Amino acid sequence: MAAPIPLQPKIRTFELNVYYGHKHALQDVTLEIYANRVTAFIGPSGCGKSTFLRALNRMNELIPNARTTGRVEIDGINIYDPNVDVVQVRRRVGMVFQQSVPFPKSIYDNVAFGLRLNGRPSKAELDEIVEQSLRRAALWDEVKDRLHHSALELSGGQQQRLCIARAIAVNPEVLLMDEPCSALDPISTAKIEELIEELKRDYTIVLVTHNIQQAARISDYTGFFYLGRLVEYNRTRELFTNPQRKETEDYITGRFG
Amino acid sequence: MATSPSADLKAQNVERDTLTESPLRTSHSFTQRRFFRWGEWIAEQLTRLIAFSTIAVIGLIFLFIAREAIGVFSAHDTYPSPPSQATPEVYGAEPPEAASPEVYNPEAEPAQPTTERLSSPAAGNTPSQQPLPLLRNLLSTTWQPVSAQPKYGLLPLITGSLKVTVIALLLATPIGVLAAIFVAFFAPLWLREAIKPIVELLAGFPSVVIGFFCLMVVGSFVQETLGTTYRLNAFVAGIGLAIAIVPVIFTIAEDGLANLPRQLWEAGLALGARPWQVVARILVPAATPALFAAVLLGFGRSFGETMIVLMASGNAPLLSWSPVEPVRTMAATIGAEMGEVVWGSLHYSILFLIGLLLFAVTFTLNSIAELWVRQRLLKRFRGLTT
Amino acid sequence: MTQRYGFQREWSWQTLVGVAFVATTALAACCLLGLSISLLGHFSIGGLPHVTWEFLTEAPRNNNTEGGIFPAIYGTVLLVILMTLLGVPVGTVTAIYLVEYAREDAAFTRWVRFGVNTLAGVPSIVFGLFGLGFFVQFVGKGIDRLLGLELMWGKPALIWAAATLAVLTLPVVIVSVEEALRSVPRQLREAALALGATRWQMIRRVVLPHAFTGVLTGSILAVSRGAGEVAPIMFVGAAYSLPELPKGLTSQFMELGYHLFVLSTQSPDVEATRPLQYATTVVLLLTTFALNLTAILLRLNMRRRQLMNR
Repeated sequence: MAAPIPLQPKIRTFELNVYYGHKHALQDVTLEIYANRVTAFIGPSGCGKSTFLRALNRMNELIPNARTTGRVEIDGINIYDPNVDVVQVRRRVGMVFQQSVPFPKSIYDNVAFGLRLNGRPSKAELDEIVEQSLRRAALWDEVKDRLHHSALELSGGQQQRLCIARAIAVNPEVLLMDEPCSALDPISTAKIEELIEELKRDYTIVLVTHNIQQAARISDYTGFFYLGRLVEYNRTRELFTNPQRKETEDYITGRFG
Repeated sequence: MATSPSADLKAQNVERDTLTESPLRTSHSFTQRRFFRWGEWIAEQLTRLIAFSTIAVIGLIFLFIAREAIGVFSAHDTYPSPPSQATPEVYGAEPPEAASPEVYNPEAEPAQPTTERLSSPAAGNTPSQQPLPLLRNLLSTTWQPVSAQPKYGLLPLITGSLKVTVIALLLATPIGVLAAIFVAFFAPLWLREAIKPIVELLAGFPSVVIGFFCLMVVGSFVQETLGTTYRLNAFVAGIGLAIAIVPVIFTIAEDGLANLPRQLWEAGLALGARPWQVVARILVPAATPALFAAVLLGFGRSFGETMIVLMASGNAPLLSWSPVEPVRTMAATIGAEMGEVVWGSLHYSILFLIGLLLFAVTFTLNSIAELWVRQRLLKRFRGLTT
Repeated sequence: MTQRYGFQREWSWQTLVGVAFVATTALAACCLLGLSISLLGHFSIGGLPHVTWEFLTEAPRNNNTEGGIFPAIYGTVLLVILMTLLGVPVGTVTAIYLVEYAREDAAFTRWVRFGVNTLAGVPSIVFGLFGLGFFVQFVGKGIDRLLGLELMWGKPALIWAAATLAVLTLPVVIVSVEEALRSVPRQLREAALALGATRWQMIRRVVLPHAFTGVLTGSILAVSRGAGEVAPIMFVGAAYSLPELPKGLTSQFMELGYHLFVLSTQSPDVEATRPLQYATTVVLLLTTFALNLTAILLRLNMRRRQLMNR
């Protein structure tokens, strides 16, 4: 059992606001996300949790009419600073989407994709990193014999694990996961939840989920969003056993979904 | 309702029985009353019949062209009387650019000596020669239907069609595909909305106008810049064809590129790829079926194109590798000679045979494009369709 | 792998490649634009000055070095009207079948669609051969035999040219009408059926009125296409210099596109007829573009209304 990793803030947001046109989707979010921990965000649909997640790697900018104010600091540097290269941000902050999106290429090429973007790593390097990433994503044993087959041949759960492997192949520090299991069956979900527990030793994981039990199971810290505001944010155990706000309690007891 | 108790009971039982029967059965009364709606039936069958006509037409096309082409085996070659005009009896070497019933290009090159042409009738002109065996004739390398010993070699025509098509594709594919990439991914919205109608405009030019343009402008331009001997040649025709097919390639490619699932774009960006990298490495490869179909359809279109070639290629059935020599394609041959040919003659039947070949080639290409594209598209995106 | 010193932009040669890539694609788009504009410009400049009222209303004189192209315009108009009368009903009904009656998984439906797509890809000269081999040699001669005539229907004629073009433009009509029919909202159809209408009643009363735009668009596009096609009619009815206007369905006729072709390649004094060639081109182009533009506007209008109804 390795020594426990000390608590350090990895991501800090200060008065983060996101507007889609006139709609104020995210209001004044200020919080800290700690390194090497799993932080989960829960809340009813439309509450802004996905918007918050996407603000952490500047993916909101892809939506027309989206405007972001406030600061998001990763290791002390505000990623919204005009001097910052958004492409670099996205290399250090990886993302896994709700729907698995494998590229129509081979399994190997999917995982190697990010590595080939800048410069030409040697085949030996590629092979090693691809294997490492697939192992970390708990997919290696299932695909090692068909690395050059199309990624679309995999099942839904396997494809999602492939997307995770693909994301970690570029060695990010943070992994954002937007409802990664919502399209999967319970068994695949369990596998991925196991995976997340493993991955947190190497990465900081931020998870958005509509499954309250999942958040309770695997996260260290949980935040509850409602109507664009961060209502409560605390250690998971405390949030679920001793919620400070009424809305939080109503939500986790299922009084509204 | 003065009925006996047992009858009453029976009636009740019947009622109960009806109630416990399945719902489908209880609508007994409705189904019984339903009469056969003649009007509906006629309407449906009639529409069916007319829709069938579209398939039927294709069969008819094949059938009736074949019908006239069959004459190839039975027609006697009617030797035309010695032509009244000075038809140059040229065997493949010099391009008969001036006055000949086969050639629609009276633009005589001022530099070309006229004496050459008139002197050649002496060569090989024996009116009493036997016609060549048909198959050998068809596979020979000379197309000279109007002569004492008519030669119906299809090879120069087939290679002619291939030559101009390849040239056209080499010119049109890069421009069409690259422009499609630009419009689908890099152009701002206002530019996109401006370019698309202009390309549709280009698509609306009748091919006879494009041919005219080549005749007037492109031929001289090419001759001046490249110093070619012949003003109208395969290259010029290729340019004209390229103008005609670039809208086809552009439209199909752009459609395929723009309809890729949006998630591919986001997933690529989220991995830290720059936008152009996402386009070049993920999106364009993902659209390969559509791009392939675009090229195939462009090939089919230019292989069968008539007017542009008739007006811009010099119309000489030469068999050569050079792209700057005049050429004769299959389609142009039909167009040029059908008006002058004697109906029912061997020449007539052979022209229909050429048409049949043309039909077969374009039919095959189209079928491949359709089936292959749809199959590949289904396979590749099975996992990605939401 | 990337080192970690903040998020500064990496100026690598990759950026140059990126810029070059985008620039090349933009260049290609410019080529396309330039092409269209130069074609348009060339003909406008060369031809517009010669398009006079006399040009449009007089017959050619003096071996086509003077006069106008009225007979060609007349012939084209007749041709196109006949073509529409023959082709649009067939195309419309086929489209109705495909949208209303056809089961998507039936083999017959697939065959019909395959037929439409194949027709769209047949070269126009092959249609010309079809016109000759089927309409003239088979149908025409058949009619002659039936009526005991010498040689009236069995030769190149206006009617057969129109029929050939009708077949050629069938896919255009079918696609347009299909699009319009599919734009009818599902709820509208279901409401009609729920009220007890039969299928045909629903089609006639609810769907077809919506389809009218599609039929119109399709017809206009077909006309635009048909007016420009020369290859199919070259030996099925078009003629170069006729003494009088076509009298009936069995006459030959002059046609704009064919006229341009012959003028520019076969007239004995090509230079002198040049102005007429350009002017003919302009008339042809103007007609085509005007028709295309109308069709596009109609289609836009239809789509806009469809969006609003959603």
